[in-house]
Amino acid sequence: MAQLARRAQPLLARKRRGLGPSVPLRWQRALWAYAFLAVPLAFFLSIRIWPAVQAFNLSVHEWNIVGEAQPYVGAANFRELAADPRFARALLNTLQYTVVGVPLQLALGLALAMLLEQVRWLRGLLRAVYFVPYVTPVVAAAWVWQWLYSPNFGAVNGVLDLLGLPPQPFLNSPEQALYAVVAMVVWQNLGFQVVIFLAGLQSIPRVYYEAAGMDGAGPWRLFRHITLPLLNPTIVFSVVIGTLQYLQLFAQVVNLNFLDQGGPLDSTLTVALYIYQVAFQRFRMGQAAAATVVLFAVMMAVALLQLRFLSRRVEY
Amino acid sequence: MRVRRRLVCAAAYAVLTLGGVVVLFPFFWMLITSFKPFDEIFALSFWPSRPTLDNYLQVLTATRFPRWYLNSLVVATATTASVLFFDSLVGYTLAKLRFPGRDLVFVLILSTLMIPTEMLVIPWFVTSSERGWVDTYWGIAFPGLMSAFGVFLMRQFFETLPDDLLDAGRIDGVSEFGLFRRIALPLVRPAMSALAILTFLGNWNAFLWPLIIIQSDAMRTLPVGMALFSGEAGSAWNLIMAASGLAIVPVIVVFGIFQRQIIEGVVLTGVKG
Repeated sequence: MAQLARRAQPLLARKRRGLGPSVPLRWQRALWAYAFLAVPLAFFLSIRIWPAVQAFNLSVHEWNIVGEAQPYVGAANFRELAADPRFARALLNTLQYTVVGVPLQLALGLALAMLLEQVRWLRGLLRAVYFVPYVTPVVAAAWVWQWLYSPNFGAVNGVLDLLGLPPQPFLNSPEQALYAVVAMVVWQNLGFQVVIFLAGLQSIPRVYYEAAGMDGAGPWRLFRHITLPLLNPTIVFSVVIGTLQYLQLFAQVVNLNFLDQGGPLDSTLTVALYIYQVAFQRFRMGQAAAATVVLFAVMMAVALLQLRFLSRRVEY
Repeated sequence: MRVRRRLVCAAAYAVLTLGGVVVLFPFFWMLITSFKPFDEIFALSFWPSRPTLDNYLQVLTATRFPRWYLNSLVVATATTASVLFFDSLVGYTLAKLRFPGRDLVFVLILSTLMIPTEMLVIPWFVTSSERGWVDTYWGIAFPGLMSAFGVFLMRQFFETLPDDLLDAGRIDGVSEFGLFRRIALPLVRPAMSALAILTFLGNWNAFLWPLIIIQSDAMRTLPVGMALFSGEAGSAWNLIMAASGLAIVPVIVVFGIFQRQIIEGVVLTGVKG
């Protein structure tokens, strides 16, 4: 009897505390859901969606941030961007960063992950070593790399000298600077890439390899016909995430050449850095907003194309 | 066959070790330069002949490095706490409660992932100037208080919890918030720690928005302070490397302690996300 009373108690309590029997339970739960979502929804609408709308709106206006006047200028900002050789350069550079950096970090990451699969002893330690740059603060790492790259006193040229090779200008050369930046970004992302690929490799069932091995398939064919197709989801994920990151490259570029940001001769300039300079150094908010609209469009287009053409459903 | 396997294994160790040395070399070079006196930094020696702590002392006393540390700590801790609370609550609501408009809310939040930060910083700055948020902790932190990525991650995890568990709680008279707080939340602890670590690191390293919103020396976060200090220090590379060391070493120590959780967290985001 006492037990029954104890069990009934919560039920009675809920009836008293709740909105009463007239409101169905389903509605009550929906009300709770809306209550939980109220503040977060307000946040995402006002701090993410609405500012994006404002940026689109600003891109067809002219504004220098101090004045009240924001005259409507139609597509003038976009025409100006199209006519600006620096913006074209920034776009081309950004695409070049992506086209060089993403495949490089994927290939290196996959190779290292496959090597790590071969070893048992010290595997955790080696994996951690490759991961350290990923958790290192970007700005500090960029300054260390700038010091490594220094033409006369840098360690990289010191190593080249030891190997009997001529010194290179690296960040001071318009031809080499972009690749020098890519090298640092790859160094930073490599650990992430290795960890993602290790997880992907471990999810491939061993039996496929054993079966194919019994059929006499060599290592290359195992890689080509089992590893690569079954890693497809991991590869697509890495390509999309990596591309979005390279398309927004900023902190590394600024800090690798702090006194001539985007230099030498705009050879390392990215779209993000261009936007920053136009908006917060030249205070041309309308034009900067137009550039962000272009960046947004490029990011959307590239991500959708990649998802469309890279994703394959593989079944064995 | 056995011999071949051994050879592959040895080759793997050789390549991995060599790669590891290359990857760690920048840290090694930073540390030895930071212990060199100024007149020695341009010599390509692999060891300081007269090791000194002066560089560190100078960075700590002549700049506001300790203050920048504190600023970064305040901002990163506050945003992490906020993200943990709100993202898990939203993830739970989207995964476990049925209500009209649920899919719309999810798509709306997820779609914000595609908006580049560069697009948002201009309106954020305009709003901040109008409301006096420039150069305040709130101004630095407010854009990061919730993250769509975190919502997505938490929703994935809450979906794996059986509904019966929550219904049992409901029958026992646990309130809807209690179900989330006392039953669901303790079961997704691995996801929470992954989200916490990734959010903290992301905010600790944030550069673009802090660079825009911070104006005074005293309000700089570590990355902004570090960048501007290094720009001003010119060729005093021993000081810049000591500053880098101060920024990097604590992060590596934390990584050393939480290594497993951090790497597992990244795996979870990669596989589940």
